[in-house]
Formats: sequence, structure tokens, C-alpha cells
Amino acid sequence: MSEPIVKVSNLRKSYGDVTVLKGVGFSVEQGDLVSIIGPSGCGKSTLLRCLNALETLDSGEIRMAGVTLERSEGERRLDPRFHDLAHELRQRVGMVFQQFNLFPNKTILENVTLAPLVVNKEPREVAEENALRQLEKVGLAGFAKRYPAQLSGGQQQRAAIARALAMNPKVMLYDEPTSALDPMLVDEVLSVMKALDAEGMTQIVVTHEIRFARDASDYIIYMEQGEIVEISDEDEIFSSPKDERTRRFLHRFL
Amino acid sequence: MKRFLLRCLTLVIVWNLSVYSCLQAADQTGDKDSPDLKWAAAVDSNAPFAFYDAHNHLTGFEFEIITGIARHMGREPKFIQNSWDGLIPGLGRGLYDCVICGIEITAEKGQEVLFTDPYYITFEQLVVAKGTPPVGSLAELSGRKIGTLEQTAALRMLEETPNVVVKSYAEEINAYNDVCNGRLYGVLLDFPIAKYYAGPNPALEFTGPPFGKITYGIAVSRSRPELAKQINAALHEMVKSGELRDILSRWGLWTPTMAAALKQQTDPSLPDTEYKAFAAQFEQEGGIIARLKKYFVYWPVILQGCVLTLEISMLSMVLAIVVGFLLALMRVYGPFPLKPIAILYIEIVRGTPLLVQLLILFYGLPYIGIKLTPFLAGMLGLGLNYAAYEAENYRAGLLAIPKGQMEAARALGMTHRQGLVHVVVPQAFRMVLPPVTNDFISLLKDSSLVSAVTLIDLTGAYTRIATQTFDYFGTGLLIAAIYLLIGLPFVRLTGWLEKRLSTDRRTPEQKPSFWLGLGA
Repeated sequence: MSEPIVKVSNLRKSYGDVTVLKGVGFSVEQGDLVSIIGPSGCGKSTLLRCLNALETLDSGEIRMAGVTLERSEGERRLDPRFHDLAHELRQRVGMVFQQFNLFPNKTILENVTLAPLVVNKEPREVAEENALRQLEKVGLAGFAKRYPAQLSGGQQQRAAIARALAMNPKVMLYDEPTSALDPMLVDEVLSVMKALDAEGMTQIVVTHEIRFARDASDYIIYMEQGEIVEISDEDEIFSSPKDERTRRFLHRFL
Repeated sequence: MKRFLLRCLTLVIVWNLSVYSCLQAADQTGDKDSPDLKWAAAVDSNAPFAFYDAHNHLTGFEFEIITGIARHMGREPKFIQNSWDGLIPGLGRGLYDCVICGIEITAEKGQEVLFTDPYYITFEQLVVAKGTPPVGSLAELSGRKIGTLEQTAALRMLEETPNVVVKSYAEEINAYNDVCNGRLYGVLLDFPIAKYYAGPNPALEFTGPPFGKITYGIAVSRSRPELAKQINAALHEMVKSGELRDILSRWGLWTPTMAAALKQQTDPSLPDTEYKAFAAQFEQEGGIIARLKKYFVYWPVILQGCVLTLEISMLSMVLAIVVGFLLALMRVYGPFPLKPIAILYIEIVRGTPLLVQLLILFYGLPYIGIKLTPFLAGMLGLGLNYAAYEAENYRAGLLAIPKGQMEAARALGMTHRQGLVHVVVPQAFRMVLPPVTNDFISLLKDSSLVSAVTLIDLTGAYTRIATQTFDYFGTGLLIAAIYLLIGLPFVRLTGWLEKRLSTDRRTPEQKPSFWLGLGA
């Protein structure tokens, strides 16, 4: 088997006295869809944000899409190359936020083309053609000229996915992508993610959608209090959880 | 957007050019071999010394004397306008060669400047409301409110008199008006002023004997005794040829005092035509049409004032926006040394009066060798002052953009700077438009303070016209209306920009108001 596309080892992060991540490690194979679940405050969002260095890790190692971010314990000053590496990594990894974070002053098309134009210096025609293809993929082909405020929540989140895809990421990260959505609109976002999975995209999803996690994930990571409690096959974790804590958490959803 | 940038660029170029020409002008003023005789006076409300007549031509007995002196010296007279308070400091700065503005020769002033021989000798005249019992001496004024002008011999004499309540004014018209209004018991001022501003007014009368003795001299820089000598020589020729007596006679100022001092005949050599012409203005009775006609004569002054006000406001706003933006970035995103510098700048500039800043820039900086032209000083003063307020506007705008916007930009692979330029700043720009418009309107009005550094802007034009027409009311309304009018296009423009940049396109279009743009 080839080298995993994401490999996290011994990742630690704390805010002041509060330790949020207590040495987390896992790996993800190319093309997998992994869900991270767990109660609020368990550190799953922080983990995701550390993965593309929106939060700076305290110590540990993250290998993702060919870039390695590492920091040894007790290293007070960040390696000067850290920010360059993080910048490099973000160009290869897409991120989708709970609140979409679309640019409200730009049309959907401009949202999607901005990074390819600014970061990759793509010619406008190329960027727009690619953007329209991505919008089509998420079912928003007719919405290119609209502004975010003119779209429903589900449409906005799909636009955000198209925006991330326009940078041709190797890995997609989702931070509770459906938590801010009307229940009626959740499925349209999830089906886009399933379609991406079918195309072979590697995806890591922090979610409260247990049903989605079970249906779509290749496996599930259960976290509690800054630790990974269990990594299991999506069926196994529901039928026979290895850990008592997992069983207690999932019990509420069954 | 490109066109907008182009316009900004043009503006910057124009600005640079004007700065350049200002600097050149500053260089030239120090030139001693210039064939010009640069003379300065405060010409607002300054009859009969040197003032603008109803046709907006410079005139006055001092104007004629200095013109004669320049002719005798073989030099071209060149007039430089300054405020009364700024006349002597301006001389020290080398803005001009000499000052002739009814300045009394005193030992105290002799410390600062060199005086020529006197060209006029006079006294203080007390003026009271008609029907007031005669006053024999200053001591009789005990307990009375007496008005005079700032920095005059009369002020000093009144302050030395026990129990007189002294009110000092900037404009003689206001002082005499307050006698008519009953706010003052009387006004003590130099005889020429009393003759011209109180004499024609039937509600006032002269009283008492001539108080004191005042000699007017031309002031030159202490470093230029040759110039003083040349001026004296020219003056003596004018005395000898009878030219001075002719001038003073026509202005109705040939007094026995003068005749005795110059050992010439007591009777005037010519009729007092200039005084008669001036006094005739008071008799002009005017309906609205006549008034408007009177203002119309001044349209060049008003137009020049408008242009200057607009020029200085726009250039200083550009400066304020650029500097303010940099300060805001420094304050919000700057690393250690930049951030406290920005905070310090903002606090100091916001915490001190604009007028003080202007005076320091114009009159203070020369002490450390930096001479700015009035225009440059005014523009820098306003621009750097408003930069502090702009910085706070932009800071508020930058902070109001949700953190998620920068995170999204960074997650897409943009650098922090790219995120600022392409994502955060454009949104902040839209957000701060209303307060920035507000500041521009405010700056437009604060630009009136530049009259403190000798510039004749709209407010300067107001003072000049009001003191020539004796009409503070109508002129004031006219000038206020002009300020209002020139501010409105900018309100409209930003209203339009705001709508164009509106982030939420679902907002129903508001019906535009055509009521002078007040609804924009």
C-alpha cells in the first residue's frame, strides 16, 4: 500500500492552560472520506484548523499532500520556514467553513476565481472556465452572477465547496459544513461531498451528521476531551463500539 | 476601477506639481536681489491704510506711500497678504521685505524689527454714541466698557487706566457696531481708523482731546539695515517733493500734527476726495437688488476663495486618506515598533487643536529651518490632522470585517497581504464610506482655519467682503450657502458609490431624492 496522503502524529495544542489536543495521531489514505465526530468542545474543530495551520500546532507532526509541518516539544520559537510551509500546504488543501465565509462583495463567480487569479496568476479566461466547471459540479451553474446574499444557505455552502475545488486541492477539509444549515438544505451539501468521494477526492469532515458519517465515511474517528478515543469502520462503530465512551455518545443517535 | 485609479494618479501628480511650485516660491522669497519690493499688510477691514475698495482694487494711503517709495527706489511693489497677527513673524521668516500696516513704533517692537523713519504721526481718538456727555480724560472712563483692537497703542493706554473694562476686537467695524448696539460705552482707536469707520456713522460722535502720540513706521527685518536706509531716503524725497502731503490730503489725513512734524503748511494741498468716496459707501441705501449687485462686484474674491477652499480640502483629504490608511494598517496589523508609533501619532494629533498645529507648521517650523508656503502648510496641517481621524475610521472598518473572511482567504492559499488587498480592504472600504464622507464635509468646513496662515479661502473672502461692505449678515448667509453647495456634490458622489458597492444586492432600491441630494 502506498504512503498515506495525510499522516498526523502526536499533535498537541493548548490555549493558555487549557489543553485542547493531547497528542492526536491518525492517517488517511488517498481517496478516503473520514468523518471526525464527538461532543462539542472535544477538539475536533481545532484539530481540523491545525491541519491547514489556521491554528499553529504546539508540537507534533502533520504530513499532508507532500508538505510536512513539524514542531518539537518545548520549541518556543516557530521555525522561520513554518509559515512558508503552511502557505504551501494551504495551496494544496481546500477548506470549507461552518459559516461558508464567502466574500459578500463578490459574485459567486468572482468568489470562485479570486484565488486562482491572485495566487496561481491564472489568466482570467482559464480561471473563469474552470470556475464554471466547478460550479456546474456543485449544481450552481446558473448562479455565477449572483451575490452570496441572494443564495440559500445550502447554495452558499456548495459555492464555498466550488471555491475550494477551484484551487485543485489534494485534500478537502470540512469544518461542520452543515451545522449552520436548515435541515432541508443539508442533503444537497452532503450529496456534493458524496459525489466528490466517488471521484476519488480525499476528504476529512468534522460533523454532527451521524447519519452522513455512517452512510458516506470510509471510517470514523471519535474524539473526546482532546483525544482520539476510537478509529473504526463506519458500521463497526455503531454495531460494536470498542470503547464505552463511544457507545455512550452514539447511543443518543440510535 | 482603472479609471478611478487613473484619476487618483492625476490628482497625486497635480498635488506633486503644486508642492513643487510651492517649494520654488518659498525659495524665491529669500532672494534679496529681486527687483520687487515685497510689502505686506493685513488688508481686511483696513481702511484707510491699505485695503480693497468696492471694485476690489487695492488702495489706501499706505498703499500709495509704499508704491511711491518703491518708485523712488526703482523697484516694483509687490503686495503680500497676511493676517495682522502674522505680519511681524512673516517678516522674520523672510516672506517679504517690509511691513506697512499702521504699525506703531515702540521700543518693544524695535527689539524684533527695524523701523524706518515715521511716515505718519497721529493720536488716539475716543468715539462714543451720539448724545453721550463729553469725556475730558481717560480717567473719566473708569468703570466703563471700552473697545479697541488687539495689539494697539490704544489697548496699552486703556490697560494702564484704572478700572476700565477693556474689550479687544479683531475688526474695528465690530467694535464700532457694539457702541451702536449698546454693548460698549466707547471705542478708543487710532485717529485714521476712527475717521474712516466711525466718522461717517451718524449714530457715533468723536469726543475728548487727542490722546497720546502715535508714530507709524515701516518695519523691515533687523538683518537688513541697508533696506531701511533706502526706504528712508525714498520717504524723505516724497516729503520734500510734497508727494506725501498730497497723498495724506486726498485721504483727509493731513492734520496740524503732521504739518508741524514735517514743517509744512497746515492746510491740505488737495481736496479729500478719497475720504469722500469711502464715506459715500455708508450712505448707499440698498434693497435686495442693490445688495446683490454689491456682492456681484466681489465675485472674483468669492470664486478665488471657493477654488482655494476646494483645492486645499481635496488635496488634504487625499493626504488624509493615504496617511490614515497606512496608520490604520500599522495600528491593526503592524509589528512592534510600528503599532505604538501609529497609536502615538493618532493620540497626539487628535488631542491637540488643529489651529495650533497649523500655527506650529507655518510659524513654528521656520525656527528649525523648515519653511513651508502657506498653501503647503495649510494642506499638510489639515491632511495630517484628518489622517488621525481617518485612521480610526479605517481601523473600525478593518475590525468590523469578520475574522472568517481573512481565514477563508488564507485557506485558499493567499498570503496575509493578498487577503488584505483582495478581501478585507475592499469590504472595509465600503463600510467606512459614510464616516469618511462625514469627515470630508467636516474638513471642508475646517479648511476655514487656513486663513490663519495667510490664505484667502472662502472664510477669508467672507471677512474681506464683510469688512468692506459692513455687512456681516448678508455676506455671512451667502458664504454659508456656498459652503453648503460645494459640499453637496461629494455627498451625492459617495451616496452613489455606497449604493454601487452595496454588498447586499437584495436591499430594495431606495428612491433617490432629488432634494439637493439630501436623501442620498
